[in-house]
Amino acid sequence: MSDLKSTGPQTADAPTPEDALHEVAGLEEKNGKSGGPVLAADGTPLKHSLARALRLQKLRALGLIAPLLIFVLVAFIAPIADMLFRAVENQIVSNTLPRTVQALGAWDEDASEVPPEEVYEALYYDFFIAAEARRHTRLGQRLNYENAGMSSLFRGSGRDVDDFREADVEAIQDLDDKWEDPAFWTAMMAGQGGEALIEDRRAAFMALADLDERGVFGDLQCAVSGLFGGACDPAPEDIALNFSISSEIIDLLPLTAMAYADFGVFTVLEDGDVVTEEEPWEAVLVALASDLRALTPEDLAAYEGAARDDLIAAKAAVDQIDPESFAALFTAADEDWGTRSPWLTIATYAPDYTSGYFLNAVDMQKGLDGPEARPENQQIYMMLFQRTLFMSLVITGSCILLGYPVAWLLANLPMRTANLLMILVLLPFWTSLLVRTSAWKVMLQQQGVINDTLVWLGLVDDASRLVMINNQFGTIVAMTHILLPFMILPLYSVMQTIPPSYLRAAKSLGATNWTAFWRVYFPQSVPGIGAGSILVFILSIGYYITPEIVGGTTGTFISNRIAYHISSSLNWGLAAALGSILLAVVLILYWAYDKIVGIDNVKLGG
Amino acid sequence: MVALTPISRKPVRFYVPTVALAGAFAGLLVGTANGSGLLGAVIGAVLLAVLAYVVTHFIDNEKPVRWAFVILFGIAGAALAGVSGAIIGLAFGWFFGWFTYWLYEGRYRARLAPYLTPGQVLWHFAFRVLVGAILIFLITPILVVMPLSFNAENFFTFTPEMLRFDPEGYSLKHYRDFFSSDDWQQALRNSLLIAPVATLLAVSFGTLAAIGLSSEHVPFRRAIMAILISPMIVPLIISAAGMYFFYSRIGLQGTYLGVVLAHAALGIPFVIITVTATLVGFDRSLTRAAASMGANPVTTFFRVQMPLILPGVISGGLFAFITSFDEVVVVLFVGSAGQKTLPWQMFTGLREQISPTILAVATILVAVSICLLTVVELLRRRSERLRGMSPG
Repeated sequence: MSDLKSTGPQTADAPTPEDALHEVAGLEEKNGKSGGPVLAADGTPLKHSLARALRLQKLRALGLIAPLLIFVLVAFIAPIADMLFRAVENQIVSNTLPRTVQALGAWDEDASEVPPEEVYEALYYDFFIAAEARRHTRLGQRLNYENAGMSSLFRGSGRDVDDFREADVEAIQDLDDKWEDPAFWTAMMAGQGGEALIEDRRAAFMALADLDERGVFGDLQCAVSGLFGGACDPAPEDIALNFSISSEIIDLLPLTAMAYADFGVFTVLEDGDVVTEEEPWEAVLVALASDLRALTPEDLAAYEGAARDDLIAAKAAVDQIDPESFAALFTAADEDWGTRSPWLTIATYAPDYTSGYFLNAVDMQKGLDGPEARPENQQIYMMLFQRTLFMSLVITGSCILLGYPVAWLLANLPMRTANLLMILVLLPFWTSLLVRTSAWKVMLQQQGVINDTLVWLGLVDDASRLVMINNQFGTIVAMTHILLPFMILPLYSVMQTIPPSYLRAAKSLGATNWTAFWRVYFPQSVPGIGAGSILVFILSIGYYITPEIVGGTTGTFISNRIAYHISSSLNWGLAAALGSILLAVVLILYWAYDKIVGIDNVKLGG
Repeated sequence: MVALTPISRKPVRFYVPTVALAGAFAGLLVGTANGSGLLGAVIGAVLLAVLAYVVTHFIDNEKPVRWAFVILFGIAGAALAGVSGAIIGLAFGWFFGWFTYWLYEGRYRARLAPYLTPGQVLWHFAFRVLVGAILIFLITPILVVMPLSFNAENFFTFTPEMLRFDPEGYSLKHYRDFFSSDDWQQALRNSLLIAPVATLLAVSFGTLAAIGLSSEHVPFRRAIMAILISPMIVPLIISAAGMYFFYSRIGLQGTYLGVVLAHAALGIPFVIITVTATLVGFDRSLTRAAASMGANPVTTFFRVQMPLILPGVISGGLFAFITSFDEVVVVLFVGSAGQKTLPWQMFTGLREQISPTILAVATILVAVSICLLTVVELLRRRSERLRGMSPG
């Protein structure tokens, strides 16, 4: 009916500066050495002024395209790039357990069954702040995709970690009420030299809690919203923390200083409280006890800062307690911590970037010695990809079968009749996808129109109505119907260009009907079949709505799984990896389409 | 089309068996619905064979006979199955009246080349019947939805009352539901708030870019075109996933602005394609003429170029509008409950509480798309006229 198509840049009309440039070059060659360069009216060489005009035109064209290009890059290409990035990004482990990941680097998996005590100790401090910020469950959920059971392990241990080494905490607190007084703590820690440590802990906490730095762009946005009277929260990296740590304390009590800095940052950024008014949490006291035990009495005697006598008394108290090891404490909280399995998972997924999601998307996983196949019962994605490809092929095939005769008739009928029949093709094409899908749901369901008709005719027994929906059959029928116009329209536009006299000529030379069609007509219509097939195939492998509604469980596509991972299981990384693979398939087909048909020849509306 | 072949009356041994065959088929349908298919087929075949023989041999006047067929079958249908039976009967009567004389007088041959063999003639008509069936397949779902939306019951199928054409079986109930339900009205409002703004964005950026793209000296033309067309090629679920991730990073997820931007991006390829197509026939000397007479580029654009490419711009805009208006996957992910559009509401309706209100909405949407289709078609013809091409 129409060919709303674009062709390349036009060349047919008036001369352009480029043509003139060639002309001038030719002219100068002809003049040879005798004449100088051809001059324009203003005395500059004509070549130069033409080149300038050409450059201006190019710039003008680019200037017209630029706004849209930037818009598409930001609103569409950037999201796709972000998805590709998410498919490999894996910073959650190192953000949530930074010290543990660092300590794990020293663990030799072959030498010992489980990591050394230092790793458990690092895990304690990481876990404590993660549990306070309620971020440990998120990591548990993430690692659960790789190793079932991690989620409950993390959730359970988060509750227990508050009570680790309770004896230390109580021993110090029983000594003097001072230890529960926030002001005493601030005074003891206060001093110069700890700024770097505090900023380091602030950065770690911002990574843990997903607080983004505002940056220049954010500041600008803030300033603009300020103009309209909108309030803007201060950026997390700019909030004043109002506490300090002295370098003497850092030297004397390194763990305590670190734990206190964690506590201070958390109190200000997460709770919005003032450090001088809050009692430090248990981890600070546990750290203090560890630090004091490691000190000799002489070290402490040499210390001359605040609360010296209190520290000496505290050391005396904690020295009488035999501390439980963190390894034992974690194992008591959940015996899995005493096994290799969770540690291997953490160590495997510790790097900031991982191929784990992609491996998962092709039914593999990371093992000790590189990628390995997943257990049989967990392999679903290759099956889904195969099903998607298979069903898309079937749909494309049925579209060819149904579309070819229609396109042939339309191309061979007189224009007026063809236009009239074309409405029957275009009407579904223009009808909302959901209208057509709901129509198929109405038609195919067991109490639906088709079953009712069959029962009324007596072809099917009332008790054994056909199951035509929520399976592959339903998806194929509905999607063939929905995509059929995309096959008919390109086929029709190719067939229109085949002269009918060729068929008559073949027949007059003695070909049978079939030979004439197969040897003469069909080869000329192949480009139409190619264009239509690729179009239908590309559209169908990414379909989501129709399989979701009429596909049930056996008729769904890979796209339904992607949607499931985004909105239900929240495994965004896997969704992104599956999406990236699908995107790669589509882009290859798109490239093929471009080679065969040309993007410029995409046709719309018939 | 003019007649190609002189026609002549056909012998009895040809048309009586053929009509009997058609009669057997019709009888089979009526028979199975009433108990015995075989008996129906036999009765149908005998009845039609006798009728065909009688009317062609003993009555010479065609018109009254065909009316008699219609009335006779109508009465028979009414006797068998009431009002709906009568209507089916009338249709059968008309068909058999026409069919008998079509064969008897040899009219079927009139428009075919005289040298075709009987087999080729048979194939010719069988092929048409096949294509007709495919076209019916294309159109049925829409035809089924429309009457069902007037169902008085909350069923997704034809009730006996509807089949009896009992007025009690029909009502505007589902349309009333649609216009009185807050959910649906909110969804309609959201759709009407999102689609025009997205269309406006797509059309204004897209038209400018298409004009830039159609000039002769664009570097990287292919690459730019590929990027601009990509929203149409990338599967919606991937666009939706990417936008969901990225927009939640920059705080656009779940906002009106986010949905508008996403829909504008999806509509842009359609604007680019239609407008560049219109620009193909645009004569550039017109802008040069305008410039030589002292018009500045802005005046030239609005007074000379724009009026000529307007049909393309409008149909691109309609494509962009319908893309946004029909779109559900992206809005499902990028939007939040506050941006629930009509298709979203239909999608939830189809997946969760199935209510026939959906069919009423579907019918309204079909009506809207018919209007848009008509507008696009008219614009296309106008555009081709302006560019000096023949319509059609």
